[in-house]
Amino acid sequence: MSLQTVKNPHPPGPPLPKGEGGARRPPPAAKDASQERQKRMIAEHFQRLERAREEGRKVVYTFVPGNLTEIVGALGMLPVLPEINALQSGMRKKSAGYIAEAEKAGHSEDVCTYVKCDLGMLRSGNVGPTGTRLPEPDLLLLSYTGCFTFMKWFELLRQEYHCPVAMLHVPYQAEGKISPEMRQYVVDQLRDKVIPMMEGIAGRKLDLGELSRRLELSRRAEDDLVAVWESARHRPSPIDGYFGGVYYIGPIFSAFRGTEDAAAYYRELRQEVEARVARGEGPMTPDGPLAEERFRLVVEGPPNWTHFNDFWRMFSRESAVVVASTYTRVGGLYDTGFRHDGERPLESLAEYCLGCYTNLSLPARIDLLQRYVETYQADGFLINSVKSCNSFSAGQLIMLRELEKRTGVAGGFIESDLVDPRYFGKANIENRLQSFLQMLAARRERSYA
Amino acid sequence: MTSSPESLASAADPAAGAVELCRELVDDLSFGAVRRWKERHPGALAIGYMPIYVPRPLLDAIGCLPVALFGGGDQIEIIRGDSIFQSYICHIPRSVVELGLRGRLDALDGILFPSICDVVRNLSGVWKLLFPDRYSAYVDLPQNFDAALGGRFYLQEMRRIVRELGERGARPLDEDALRAAIIAENDRRAALARLDALRLAEPWRIPASEAYLVSRAGAVLPTAEHQALVEEYVAAAAERPVRVHDNVRVVVQGSFCEQPPLALILTLEKAGCYIVDDDFQLGLRIIEGAIEVAADEDPLAALARAFLERGAATASRYVDEGEKGAALIAKVRAAGADGVIFAAASFCDPALLDQPMMESALAAAGIPHTSFKFAENTGQFQTIREQAGAFSDSVKLWGTTV
Repeated sequence: MSLQTVKNPHPPGPPLPKGEGGARRPPPAAKDASQERQKRMIAEHFQRLERAREEGRKVVYTFVPGNLTEIVGALGMLPVLPEINALQSGMRKKSAGYIAEAEKAGHSEDVCTYVKCDLGMLRSGNVGPTGTRLPEPDLLLLSYTGCFTFMKWFELLRQEYHCPVAMLHVPYQAEGKISPEMRQYVVDQLRDKVIPMMEGIAGRKLDLGELSRRLELSRRAEDDLVAVWESARHRPSPIDGYFGGVYYIGPIFSAFRGTEDAAAYYRELRQEVEARVARGEGPMTPDGPLAEERFRLVVEGPPNWTHFNDFWRMFSRESAVVVASTYTRVGGLYDTGFRHDGERPLESLAEYCLGCYTNLSLPARIDLLQRYVETYQADGFLINSVKSCNSFSAGQLIMLRELEKRTGVAGGFIESDLVDPRYFGKANIENRLQSFLQMLAARRERSYA
Repeated sequence: MTSSPESLASAADPAAGAVELCRELVDDLSFGAVRRWKERHPGALAIGYMPIYVPRPLLDAIGCLPVALFGGGDQIEIIRGDSIFQSYICHIPRSVVELGLRGRLDALDGILFPSICDVVRNLSGVWKLLFPDRYSAYVDLPQNFDAALGGRFYLQEMRRIVRELGERGARPLDEDALRAAIIAENDRRAALARLDALRLAEPWRIPASEAYLVSRAGAVLPTAEHQALVEEYVAAAAERPVRVHDNVRVVVQGSFCEQPPLALILTLEKAGCYIVDDDFQLGLRIIEGAIEVAADEDPLAALARAFLERGAATASRYVDEGEKGAALIAKVRAAGADGVIFAAASFCDPALLDQPMMESALAAAGIPHTSFKFAENTGQFQTIREQAGAFSDSVKLWGTTV
């Protein structure tokens, strides 16, 4: 769900449309050190995956929400995240073909396009973002957190790979809190079923000291990531917490949580963001630094990946900054206080899994959005409702109403999809977004009057 | 040759009365039967639940009437429900919301939302927002089937429900009452098994459309009353004059939550299909066989064990061992079916994600199959009739689909 292969957030793009200030976009600014570090980390990870077979390292396919990266790492195994493969395929304009491949094989047009994209990629050679074939999994680690489709996805992959599946059932926070019974259920599964199965695949026992060390590294990275999120309290916000935010979550949502690399990355990122605050700078956009902050928005729902930069520009060209988003909490919700804890390894891993954003009840999701709107003094909030993801989307219309009622801030609603370009109606989305922003501007003018 | 069974029962048919009663119960979206039950049981709670399954004997044992909810079917115009759910979400949540907002569910003292999919899961939150003063709860059925892990969690879930309903007036859980409720459920299950067996042996005697109505009538009836109704119907159907048609025998799969309109089931029958097995009313049959309680066993533990060990394979249940589709193939073989029709609700993630795996398994086993989608308020059946008719003809002519 996050980006694993990070592109420059302000890559060279197509010429600006005529009438928008010039024939060509401004040259891209120099990359920050954290971006270079992340790029290097990802490249090295894919190199490790390429060598996995010859080096005898085991490969675990797993999902972003509820991932157990510290355990995977402590056992010397390497994670592959099919959601990230899917979104990468979307960004590389390969998802349409992969989805068509899956639909030809009998998969319904109604279901999650991440799943179909992944299956289509598998049928097309399983070539990853670096252009090499991904190693097959030795284990499918099914952390069933916040998304029913995950379960079906790995049932489908099991048929393809014929490898074992370690299933971790993570109960749903229907009442907006983690009960002792829920936590214990997850801990018991980890201790009695999931870890023994992973140890069997890895061929070694889990070193609890090493796990605790990794969890402590996770905590450090989480502290710094939260500081980055909270920097958006400043005006102008030094970050875009949605489009820019998906780059920030790359390491911690994927293969790197619990590593020295991730801890260093988030320390560096935090320092860069704090420097931008000190300089009074806004966030980077695909077209360079944002000169003016006209609208501060909170966004609910995943982005569209097939037209990611087009989508981003719809905001940045209107000087709209996303000061907080829920999608960037889908692989871990840290800004409400949770941290991984080396002193309570299994308990804190259980709480992590239980606390991922899409595992929260709808009322709890609204509470969080309300908190973001108020904390970050947003002018409005926007829901990008994606066709593919019922876990996110079912109920968003009532969330919109409830949030407007509670905050008095206007909400907007647009619809697209994760990686199926057929559902990205650029003109329609742009019209809706512009109307929404015009409404916010009119409201602001009225309030001044 | 394709022709229809004599469904629904005509007035001269000895089963006509039972079928008519069932149809009235199914069609009554004001839940009159529930209101009447509450009048007869002052202070007792009627608890609705979404598909597929909640442990009904548990609710019976604490004096509640479990009421299965299947949305509004094709009987209600959706207005407010459509303002809550986007077009790419299945139909049942919007019709349940519509019923709730129109006051049709006012007879219910609460609703349970069992874990089946993300939509029903999120509907539990929608419900809390729409009806903050009414009881509702999500029931997290275990996907880990180890008694010491998922079993223990499930016991805690059931005790939680008992505690929460107790705070709202339900009786405390009593072991004897639970044993009695399990026995009653087993008796009802046995009656349904007799219905299923007769339908399997003589599908011209028990059309699927009638079996569906008779099963679904149990949604609003106390267990024993439903058992009696099923038995009355089976006895009458056994006596009815019949005419055997040259139909193919099919299993219908994928309609375990949102239900197809009755007219769709009739359409399949008219297209030359004897539906000898289906998952329309899976909730009543999801525990395969009787719930066994040892003499010295806690009946609550027995109820949990039944779900863990004898829960039917369905799309919302994780298959942790064995091959996907094995249960469907076994069902087809047991039913002596010629093929399978996949009928999934549009946008039903569990059914539609499951279907390719089922189709692969059927293809490997040489079992013909076809598929279509529906919504509970589908009103156009001609295409489905033609498709099912072509399927039926091809199976009869060649023994497979071409």
